[in-house]
Amino acid sequence: MAKARLIGDRTSKVMVQAMERRSTDVRGLVFQITLLVTLLISLFVLAVLIVDVVMDGWGILTGRPGGFLSGTMRSLSDDPKLGVHQALVGTFWIAVFVAVLAFPIGIGAAIWLEEYAPKNRIARFIELNIRNLAGVPSIVFGLLGLFLFVKHLEGVTGGKSIASAGITLAILVLPIVIITAQEAIRAVPQGLKEGAYGVGATKWTMIRSQVLPYAAPGILTGTLLSMSRGIGEAAPLLLVGAVSGRLGSNPGFLDLSAINAKAFMAMPVIIVEWVQNSGRDPGFAEAAAAAIVVLLVFVILMNAAAIFLRNHFEKKRG
Amino acid sequence: MSDTRVDPAGGFSVESLKANPRQARKERLIRDSLGATALVSVLISGLIIWSLFSEAYTFIVEVDWGSVWDIGWFPRRGIYDVKTLIVASLIITGIAMIVAGPLGLGAAIYLSEYARPGIRRTLKPILEILAGIPSVVLGFFALKWIAPNLVESIFGGPAAGSLLAAGIGVGVLVIPLVASISEDAMKAVPMALREASSGLGARKITTTVRVVLPAAVSGLMAAFIVAISRALGETMIVFMAGGAAQTAVYTHHPLDGSLTMTAGMTSLARGTDNVVGEGLTFQSLFFVGLVLFVLTFALNLFSDRFVHKVREQY
Repeated sequence: MAKARLIGDRTSKVMVQAMERRSTDVRGLVFQITLLVTLLISLFVLAVLIVDVVMDGWGILTGRPGGFLSGTMRSLSDDPKLGVHQALVGTFWIAVFVAVLAFPIGIGAAIWLEEYAPKNRIARFIELNIRNLAGVPSIVFGLLGLFLFVKHLEGVTGGKSIASAGITLAILVLPIVIITAQEAIRAVPQGLKEGAYGVGATKWTMIRSQVLPYAAPGILTGTLLSMSRGIGEAAPLLLVGAVSGRLGSNPGFLDLSAINAKAFMAMPVIIVEWVQNSGRDPGFAEAAAAAIVVLLVFVILMNAAAIFLRNHFEKKRG
Repeated sequence: MSDTRVDPAGGFSVESLKANPRQARKERLIRDSLGATALVSVLISGLIIWSLFSEAYTFIVEVDWGSVWDIGWFPRRGIYDVKTLIVASLIITGIAMIVAGPLGLGAAIYLSEYARPGIRRTLKPILEILAGIPSVVLGFFALKWIAPNLVESIFGGPAAGSLLAAGIGVGVLVIPLVASISEDAMKAVPMALREASSGLGARKITTTVRVVLPAAVSGLMAAFIVAISRALGETMIVFMAGGAAQTAVYTHHPLDGSLTMTAGMTSLARGTDNVVGEGLTFQSLFFVGLVLFVLTFALNLFSDRFVHKVREQY
């Protein structure tokens, strides 16, 4: 009684009530279920999406998988030679450009920013610039490619060519490569670096022997994510001028002359092309779905590998 | 003591601790080339701004401004009604946020506050896979599944693509973005705040709604702003499922088809093999691009502020 008077009668009453109430918290339960439902809706959408495209593309994928992969663009959807080979070649070369240009430049920039950069305005400006670049819409990179590589550097790139497209996409994914590599390098324990200095390593020796090996899985995760982003991106390619007609007959994968030929195709663009064609020839919707499945196989495998790598090493290093 | 260069034990001096000049040169070379790679990003930004401004400038100077505020987007007839494009972009972004806001935030709260570690480890990667789905795939999905199954059967709209179908598609695209940034923001809220709240007798729901969410509000704002910026700049879904091909008459009805800024640019660049040198059509691309760039840039800078605030607080 004395205690209750001390903290006030009303408070004590509320407390006693609260402690005596054993019934389940209905409001809390409803809240929790609502939250779970929102999450499940997203997962459900993903499932519907995958089932939808696989079902639409099933006929082509099971009917003539080899012919579809080696076939070319055709004007009718029931042409038995209809396929994605030109697009696969284009996407392969885009991936090469991304790997050759964006990976070394991006990782180099990340090393400089984390290990060498002085703590001054210039370094802060570069950091801010990279973060903003990561948020620039992909179509704006397409405008850059159109202006720079198609209009002004036509002599070098061949105009609307796979080289123009590849460089544009390498530029597009560069900020992602830098940011993910920076995070991986930042996570390297200070003790490892000091240990290397302690035994007389120079800065570069320390980076090469300690920082890079420790950060390698994180950097690899970032490169996988940016590669999957790069091969799935369509908007900049449409601006740089991927075209449907007048493609070279059927270039081989290692045919170097295809790099600055005047016409090119890529997986995401062929999907757009066929979806647009499906207005006049509904059979193209199935071809588009089949092409989506081919693209998704690559993209999901890369993403899954990246996620697995990251989770594996996060767990291992606690 | 006075002469540090000579060691009484012999053979070892400060001089010998200096790096040999060849190695020092190599170190400097490596440092400078890495610095150069970091400058590439600045060069790219410069090139983007240069390309947008130089072509947009020609457009601004030469265009008949009456045609920039007209009945619709008919670039090949010299009618560049930017209002049509901006309104369509805003409608798409609004619809996308109505879809992605609650779904993304709900998923984030569940993953951050309620999910047991095991469940979280299974569900989160699936959400990340959704984040990796290319936008052309979602464009196909919006046109071939969302339009007939949701827009037509529930809202009575056209089955062939509309602003609503594209908006829902863009919403699905940005759900993972909203979810992952929001979840990071809530994870950054110190455990002590939750424990203090529970210690005062608050239930889980009270702790979540009255303590964690307000504490994470800067990060949540950042998540929404980044998602808005992403939705404004999204191209393929809108281009494929927006329900308009080359041209668009002004509309603000979500069940109509129209062109957004991004879709307008794409259809113009793709409509012909040669955009270069047809009146001002080529320049109009860059003018619209500049408007889009300025909008998204402002949003990104704004969200950066919020992210910094979070970092300062905890």
